[in-house]
Amino acid sequence: MRYSETGFNLEINLTRGSIDKIASDPETVGLYLGGEGAAAKMLWDRVPPEVEPFSPDNLLVFSAGLLAATPVPGANRTSVSSISPQSNRYVNSGLGGFWGPELKQAGYDRIVIRGKASSLVYIWIHNDKVEIRDAAHLQGKSSLETAVLIRQELKDQKIQVAAIGLAGENRVYQASIEHANSSASRGVGVIMGDKLVKAIAVRGTKDIKVAQPAELFELCNRHYQQIYDNLHCGDILVREDDDAWHVNNLPWGNANRRAKGFWSEELKEEWAVSVEREEIHYQWENYSQETEEVHETVVDKSRRLRGTGCYNCTKDCHQAVYLPGSRIYFLKSYSKLAYAMAAYEQLEFDYDLLAALQDYGLDEFAMPQVIAFALELYGAGILTDEDLPGFPADFKGRFSYLLDKIARREGVGDALANGVYLAARQIGKGAESYDHSAQKIEQVPLKQEMPGYPYFLMYATGGKMSITQLEGSFPQIPVPDRKTREAFVKKWDAAPEKFKQWFLEWEPGQQLSIEAAVNIADWNEAMHYVDEALGICPLLSSFRGQFGGRAPYHGNNLPQLISLATGIELDTDGLLEITARNRNLIRAINARRGLRRIEELAAQEFLEIQAAELEQLLDAYYEFRGWNNDGIPARDTLDGLGLGCVSEELMRRGIL
Amino acid sequence: MSDQLKKKIVKEIKVDLDKCIGCRACEVACSGFHATPKYSSFNPSRSRIRVVTDMLNDVYVPVRAGEYTSAECTGRHSFKIDGKQYSECSFCPTSCPARDLFKEPDSGLPLKCDMCEDIPPLSEPMCVQVCRPGALTYEERVEYRDETPSLGEMEIGLQALVDKHGMQKVLDSFARMSKKG
Repeated sequence: MRYSETGFNLEINLTRGSIDKIASDPETVGLYLGGEGAAAKMLWDRVPPEVEPFSPDNLLVFSAGLLAATPVPGANRTSVSSISPQSNRYVNSGLGGFWGPELKQAGYDRIVIRGKASSLVYIWIHNDKVEIRDAAHLQGKSSLETAVLIRQELKDQKIQVAAIGLAGENRVYQASIEHANSSASRGVGVIMGDKLVKAIAVRGTKDIKVAQPAELFELCNRHYQQIYDNLHCGDILVREDDDAWHVNNLPWGNANRRAKGFWSEELKEEWAVSVEREEIHYQWENYSQETEEVHETVVDKSRRLRGTGCYNCTKDCHQAVYLPGSRIYFLKSYSKLAYAMAAYEQLEFDYDLLAALQDYGLDEFAMPQVIAFALELYGAGILTDEDLPGFPADFKGRFSYLLDKIARREGVGDALANGVYLAARQIGKGAESYDHSAQKIEQVPLKQEMPGYPYFLMYATGGKMSITQLEGSFPQIPVPDRKTREAFVKKWDAAPEKFKQWFLEWEPGQQLSIEAAVNIADWNEAMHYVDEALGICPLLSSFRGQFGGRAPYHGNNLPQLISLATGIELDTDGLLEITARNRNLIRAINARRGLRRIEELAAQEFLEIQAAELEQLLDAYYEFRGWNNDGIPARDTLDGLGLGCVSEELMRRGIL
Repeated sequence: MSDQLKKKIVKEIKVDLDKCIGCRACEVACSGFHATPKYSSFNPSRSRIRVVTDMLNDVYVPVRAGEYTSAECTGRHSFKIDGKQYSECSFCPTSCPARDLFKEPDSGLPLKCDMCEDIPPLSEPMCVQVCRPGALTYEERVEYRDETPSLGEMEIGLQALVDKHGMQKVLDSFARMSKKG
């Protein structure tokens, strides 16, 4: 009996049009868990470095978290993994909402897509019935509209749809996969577009069984309450109008400037979108046969409708916002700063911009950086009116103009749609000096103001687009008052003892020791990989330990939930071992594709750190992780984790 | 009369639509509670409470499974409340042929909420327990009802015929029909 997972993968080859339901190896779950772990194993096994990202042989894996569809609150996420055309490295992005649980309810833990369709299609999964259907009528539609149309077509409101927008269809590198109030944004939508899959629609009515029913549910029932009551988890900022901290401290505009003191009370007021429109009514003039026109100015204001949650989670992190013109936008975590990140001169059309990004299906973190980059090039005369025919004079117009060009890959938008790094090299003429990306990926938001050693390490070695996917278990900044620190540590169930000590002794203005930094960077990152394998939301776990130290889920209580749900005996050490296996496997995928120390050293260009200092940090970190001097997992490390086949392969290729 | 009034405990789940966040925890908990053994499997399709959701219209209505009916309504209402469009079905608890709500996915048999009857009784039905945002709340209320025996189905029919045609005519017809055998 398989608990908490279905035991089946759906293998779809779009070139051949074949669909297979394949039983998965029961051992995989004990070694890699589900979600990203199981997906990484497939990418290692089946996508050798000779396979180009746009090759039909590249895989796109939608892998539901191991605990998704169990009663564990907040376990609902799906990992989307592939090889990125932007970096030619492993790429992974998570998707919340309702899609993953529905997939498991349909009887599959993951969908593995290979090959390419000959024309735009969508995949329809209804339990054992799986179809590849024509999507010509969905071409160019926004993802939310696509979901509505598919539900109408298939006559079932309960279908869950993950879809790409126009940007994905045009293979824009920053294309997102949108679903309900969530999206997998960081660089996976382009592969879905390349395979000509417009959408995946899922409906499932099967049971998911758990190993220890009564014990598990009793524990979960308490977690519902704890999560709801816990003010340190969920998206804390989404309901706050005061964005002073982010606006003052994060770098805006292509990640290279800061505007301290920019945030003001007036701006807070302006945050709300308000559109004035004139309405004309006709009414009879007194006692005559004439009508007169009555002009009235109606103010159509944006307003929050409600907070919505993802599947089986009591936090309402996704604000549904009414936008003028009867549209609804789902404010995703943190995204309301997107426009501000690029250009903070005008805030009033922030929501309009966000809605446009959602409609095109574009990453809200990357795009503002790309657009600010284009505006900088225009300002510097590298991009001219010839490159940008009909370029509007106002900010709002320019923003919309560039978005549309990028989503359609028209004119200069074609280069920009490859991301800042590649675009800079394509455009040339000195554009390279305006590129502030790391490992060929836009980096937002850059926390240069807190040059802690752990942050340097995470930026240099993380390989993610946003630091928010790497940080989160250990506090970002030291707390001045020792008493407060002591109180923090007392309730800090998540942290192993050594971290408590480091935090207690950490004074403001003081750099952490290299030993501490190495441990912290490792722990922060490890917890994200735990979440990605289990389908647990980082806002309840890996990202939320740093504020208040009371994340509902952490390395010390997750093993019990996993054991009760799956029947696999597991403790904290066991969970960390599996995570180390997953992380080294992903590192090996990238090493096989050419990732070396020199790439990570290049991060020094945008981090405010001396080269020698970063070298020293990397030395310590590589040693701690059991990697060789070039950042490649050492043979002992791999063999010790049961990845003997990986070390053999690396040696066979002369990498180790 | 008062000695014919019987004390009844009415169990009620109150729904505050404004507080629903659409997370469907109620569906998860309900399907687990009604699994055999309890909580051994989870499947919102077996739940006796469903959140009727229309995200783009900001409609979230948790609705509890009620009686089965063999025929769907002849016509429908649609309601506009506060600018939002609701169909009659959004609020309807019936397991009916017009939709696939409240049917066992395997057998198609109707599902009905039993307020989580259990021994010993739960403090609150499970859907209410897990609804921390407070969209669902549970209330027990005492009501006094007149429990005088009501007419059976045939008696209601006969009464209608008597009302329409008069007692004599009905008796005559009945006598005539019984002679024919």
